[in-house]
Amino acid sequence: MNEILVPFLISVMAAATPLLLAATGELVAERVGVLNLGVEGMMLAGAIAAFATANVTGVTVLGVLAGLGAGIALALLFAVISLTLQANQTATGLALTIFGRGFSALVGAGYVGIPAPQLPKIHLPVLSDLPFLGPVLFQHDVLVYLALAILAAVAWCIRSTHMGLILRAVGDSHDAAHALGYAVVPIRYGAVLFGGAMAGLAGAYMSLSYTPMWAQDMTAGRGWVAVALVTFSAWRPFWLLIGAWFFGALMYMSLYVQALGVAVPSALLSALPYIGTVVVLVLISRDARRIRLHRPAMLGLRFQGRA
Amino acid sequence: MLRRNFTRLAASALALPAIGRSALAADPLKVGFIYLGPVGDFGWTYQHDIARQAAVAKFGDKIKTTFVENVAEGPDSEKVLNDLANQGHKLIFATSFGYMNYVLASAKKHPNVFYEHATGYKRAANISTYNIRFYQARYVQGVIAGKLSKAGLAGYVGSVPVPEVVQGLNAFMLGMQSVNPKARMKFVLINSWYDPPKEGDAAKALIDQGCDIITQHTDSPAPLQAAASRGVKAFGQSTDMAKFAADTQLSASTDIWGPYYINRIQEVLDKTWKSTDIWGGFAEGMLAMSPFHNMPDDVAALGNQTIADVKSGKNKVFVGPLTDQSGAVKVAAGTTMDDGALNGMQWLVKGIEGKLS
Repeated sequence: MNEILVPFLISVMAAATPLLLAATGELVAERVGVLNLGVEGMMLAGAIAAFATANVTGVTVLGVLAGLGAGIALALLFAVISLTLQANQTATGLALTIFGRGFSALVGAGYVGIPAPQLPKIHLPVLSDLPFLGPVLFQHDVLVYLALAILAAVAWCIRSTHMGLILRAVGDSHDAAHALGYAVVPIRYGAVLFGGAMAGLAGAYMSLSYTPMWAQDMTAGRGWVAVALVTFSAWRPFWLLIGAWFFGALMYMSLYVQALGVAVPSALLSALPYIGTVVVLVLISRDARRIRLHRPAMLGLRFQGRA
Repeated sequence: MLRRNFTRLAASALALPAIGRSALAADPLKVGFIYLGPVGDFGWTYQHDIARQAAVAKFGDKIKTTFVENVAEGPDSEKVLNDLANQGHKLIFATSFGYMNYVLASAKKHPNVFYEHATGYKRAANISTYNIRFYQARYVQGVIAGKLSKAGLAGYVGSVPVPEVVQGLNAFMLGMQSVNPKARMKFVLINSWYDPPKEGDAAKALIDQGCDIITQHTDSPAPLQAAASRGVKAFGQSTDMAKFAADTQLSASTDIWGPYYINRIQEVLDKTWKSTDIWGGFAEGMLAMSPFHNMPDDVAALGNQTIADVKSGKNKVFVGPLTDQSGAVKVAAGTTMDDGALNGMQWLVKGIEGKLS
């Protein structure tokens, strides 16, 4: 049993990581009331920046930092347009995704079909050698653990810290937060940039670890799944983790089931993660109260007050 | 006076097309290529572009080539083909199976343009088809896999269930069973020719289910990299992918289109081009295996011997008795499948697990 389950869980952990990284960032942005649909674009920018930098310098850490930086740069663009200039967030986010796709393809044209150094796997002397848990939990590369650590930190911050309280206040009523003297726009800038950094990390994970190469549109919709995950989790970090694993498993299952020899058309299996997204979102939306209860009240709205 | 000028003007006007024509005749032959992936995919499209460059090197300024990359196998491809024809390209290579019906439509509209369609089967007076007997290399891979696989279980990352892919699946299995009669194989079709993350995931799924040799019929090195990360050996596809995983790649089937392209361009220049159907393999120099690595010498020697046997025609790969997954005899003992039967192949040989769909 273990020789079947262990490798399966390793693969699912890896498949869930980019979703988890990007969704954690988006969660923070949405908790302060900003809907950024540019996650896919920021991920792609992060992926090519990370790959190109790692390829040129030969240092993976620099690649990861470059991915982070590229995500932040695109997020800054989004923030200036939607927060300072107060353009519609939905439209700006969509434009950011389109821009990120095109920009990454342009920059990446020269990096197709070449290898880059990969992120090293971590080997912890005792933990990695544990039966079952060792290989499943303790033999991944550093970004897998970083994703979990950041999620835990975010969960703690939002739930139990003064900063988290401010973030939630800005997301639930920016006018009240403003009246209390909190700087709504700068706080939102911070959250959006954090979201960009996380999307950039997710991209870096894709091009340096998950599939260590650059290919156009290599994130293949994971940015959108991340956005959907935030709604799926009803803006709660713990459920985000469950959702990421669930969708990671679903994406991986579509191929795994085929290898098992189950007679299901391959085209249908390929559509499984997307069908799953639709089904889950429909199921969640049935309970409007649950969404209303947890949804940041200011999500997607402009802040008209003075900054 | 006026009339004389007028006639002179008319004469010069009449002369113009003639000048235009002779200038055109001295112009280089314009040759167009449409590619499925990016030229840097380091697989299928990359090999076609290498061949295009070989033609450019050979003909110099006698030809002028244009390529369009990332052309999806859909209605857009017909537009690209028509654009190339309208821009004066007299010979157009369409390098993927899915362009077939669009090549047909475009060729009808442009009867004076010659079309070359890779891996297709629909021809016309101005459409030729050409293909490589990829299955020959798959058979050689299978023989090597049969020797090296400890589990006797190989994994095959495929694209779509077309006959070309089915031939590859079956040839690999037959090669493997020729040295290990109990060998089995699993496969995953990813429903795409080029999708690196998915190709990598498919390889992982196969390895997770116990396959200890991976081969692929998709275009990126991702399955090879996935194999490397899990510590199993794998074969590359279309081109030598050793630089992506030097310690993992056993060998790679290598597509060699250059000589064919040069040949066909020469025929257009000589005005001897005719619609033909070429299906070449090891013997015609259109297929090769990249150097054998990461295997014992005796296995490499067996691989080379197998190549030689297939090349000489001693081993025709699809020779009966062949039974399908249900155990029904599909090809009687001593019978060799002909090309027509191969091109309609839609059944899997015994030993392969999973269904075509």
